[in-house]
Amino acid sequence: MEQHLGVRMVAGDLCRKLPLLLGVALIIAGATSVSPARGQDVVRIGALYPLSGAVAKSGEDTLNAIRLAVDVINGKYPDSNLPFAKPGGLPGLKGAKIELITADHQGSPEIGAAEAERMITQQKVVALIGTFHSSVALTVSQVAERNEIPFMTGESEATPLTERGYKWLFRTTPTSLNQARDFFVFLRDLNTKRDQKVKTIAIVHENTLWGQEFGTAMESYFKEFPEFTMVANIGYQQGTTDVTSEVQRLISLKPDVVVHASYDAEAILFAKTYKQYNFAPQGILAIGAAFGSTAFRNALKDDANFFLVREHWSLDLAGTNPLIAQVAKMYQDKYNKAMDGTPARSFQGMMTLVDAINRAGSTEPAAIQKALQQTDLPPASLIMPWEGVKFDAKGQNTKTRGIFVQTINGKPATVWPFEMAQSKLNWPKPAM
Amino acid sequence: MTVELLIQLLVSGLGMGFIFALIAIGLALIYGVVGVVNFAHGEFLMVSMYATYLAFALGGLDPLVTLPFVAVAMFGFGIAVYYVLMRRVLGAALHAQIFATFGLMVFMQAAAQFIFGADYFSIDHSLLSGVLHIGGITLPMPQIAAAAGALLCTVGLYAFVFRTGPGRALRAVSQDRVAALTMGIDADRMNALAWGLASACVGVAGSLLSNFYYVFPRVGAVFVLVAYVTVALGGFGSISGALVAGIIMGVLQVMSGFFLTSTLKFVPVYLLYLGVVLFRPRGLLGRQ
Repeated sequence: MEQHLGVRMVAGDLCRKLPLLLGVALIIAGATSVSPARGQDVVRIGALYPLSGAVAKSGEDTLNAIRLAVDVINGKYPDSNLPFAKPGGLPGLKGAKIELITADHQGSPEIGAAEAERMITQQKVVALIGTFHSSVALTVSQVAERNEIPFMTGESEATPLTERGYKWLFRTTPTSLNQARDFFVFLRDLNTKRDQKVKTIAIVHENTLWGQEFGTAMESYFKEFPEFTMVANIGYQQGTTDVTSEVQRLISLKPDVVVHASYDAEAILFAKTYKQYNFAPQGILAIGAAFGSTAFRNALKDDANFFLVREHWSLDLAGTNPLIAQVAKMYQDKYNKAMDGTPARSFQGMMTLVDAINRAGSTEPAAIQKALQQTDLPPASLIMPWEGVKFDAKGQNTKTRGIFVQTINGKPATVWPFEMAQSKLNWPKPAM
Repeated sequence: MTVELLIQLLVSGLGMGFIFALIAIGLALIYGVVGVVNFAHGEFLMVSMYATYLAFALGGLDPLVTLPFVAVAMFGFGIAVYYVLMRRVLGAALHAQIFATFGLMVFMQAAAQFIFGADYFSIDHSLLSGVLHIGGITLPMPQIAAAAGALLCTVGLYAFVFRTGPGRALRAVSQDRVAALTMGIDADRMNALAWGLASACVGVAGSLLSNFYYVFPRVGAVFVLVAYVTVALGGFGSISGALVAGIIMGVLQVMSGFFLTSTLKFVPVYLLYLGVVLFRPRGLLGRQ
């Protein structure tokens, strides 16, 4: 009897509460069905950079440019004329904002691959960007390819990266091969248009993938430019304690021009050692920003003058494009540090990736890939002095263009191509 | 030309060799007396380089002026590290000792990066700027000073260890700890002294290096790897061994960098090291 009563009471209770329970169930169901749409409010992009270890400084500076790009896109600079700055967020995705997930790959290809895997599977990023080191980009691009996630690199230059025909790798920066050619064109211009006599070239490069590739790329152009001869191709170990033997070899070979591929630390070490031993070729040219970087100028003061860096970007190009001045000022204000070429390229890489995500109107990796393949950015929308951004079938930007920048009075000045020059080239290089 | 070049290379190699030696001597001293490999040794170098740089950048003090202060401060720092950290793990298992100094290394590197950032700093002008020309040979002043300082420091340390009372006590502890204890030598104080002296040596090396090498959080790792090999090559715990090995390493790497290729610069050095480990495991001048 008592049991009976109990059952009936529960049943009666249930009847009374049924509408309420149904309502709760509906709300829960509604909430879960709404959540994918809510997921589009935020687009997650994974950035992999070396934030500890030997090149932590460059990694930090580069990632900062990407953080700045994210701030611009997310509407923190509504007065700017940069893409996305005014609406704030991606109009193609109902104003979705970018969320940047960062990881430190420590310059290690293995750690880079593991971090990329983790970002894709656990943090559900829709695209990856990075990685400064080409050696790390090599493994990260493999992970991206396997997981079918777009991977953008704005600054990893080793040619083979885009020679493998990967479908998910896109690169805005020119390859080492593209860049090596600029050196020969520049030197030929010097000989023909400025009556200089440059004949012998020594190549000095660090020994990770980037430096090695550059050395090989340089060697490959001597046939196309037969007026030049190579007297040495010296590869040195990155992170070395001294470079006396390398410099002594250069002194004994007396090259007209030295062409460098070095990171910040050894660039400083080489420059100091050149000065000590009074090594004075007609010119010292370099790929990458190391010989014109802020760190280099801070460390060497007046001795940092007159090195020539084949650059993608320079502050003094601001006159040709107001966007450059804007971004440089934002970077300076935000990080209390002058922007240089590598952060500028990474910024462009990020803007290009986000442009594609916006046009895709979706966070589906395949849609983003398709949009990237259709990318065709006009020069006026870029902060780079390129003819545009357009990828070939291998994912390589075909519209890049190089400039030569010389440090004059502690400031980088564009000196070549001669028709774009903002200052007069100092050649031969005055003594340190 | 060839003779001049050879002398030039030899001199450059010697300069680097003395620096390697001075860094390695501290390692050898701590190992010899306390029986511990200090994995944070390179970070001690880094700290003294930052100290020298800061004195220059903030106070305008030349590295030569700061050198004695840095050495004394590092002496104190080494003793503090011994009493605060190392004494607690001395009786413990070997891996506890290794992890203690290894942990200190990671901590100091991370702290330096936190405080100073990852930037490269360097002293752009000092009393020792410039070069000396003798015949056709170029002698960069900072390197000569570094070599001279390193040599002086090594000789001084050698004299201290072999000619003074506390030095004899140090050696006694290093040779037979129990016998030294029964003779009334305070082994604990000798351990602290060894840490202090080793840190002071690396302090001098750091100050001298600052004249021509830049400082950044991982600068210690660049030099200390060479220092480990130097110590192993010279014989663990041997001061004179570390000096000889340092000089061999410095000269050998410059010579092979010039005559072989730059990439293979350290290959003969490590080959020599392998040979010593295989055929004379106690090192060139090490005890049995």
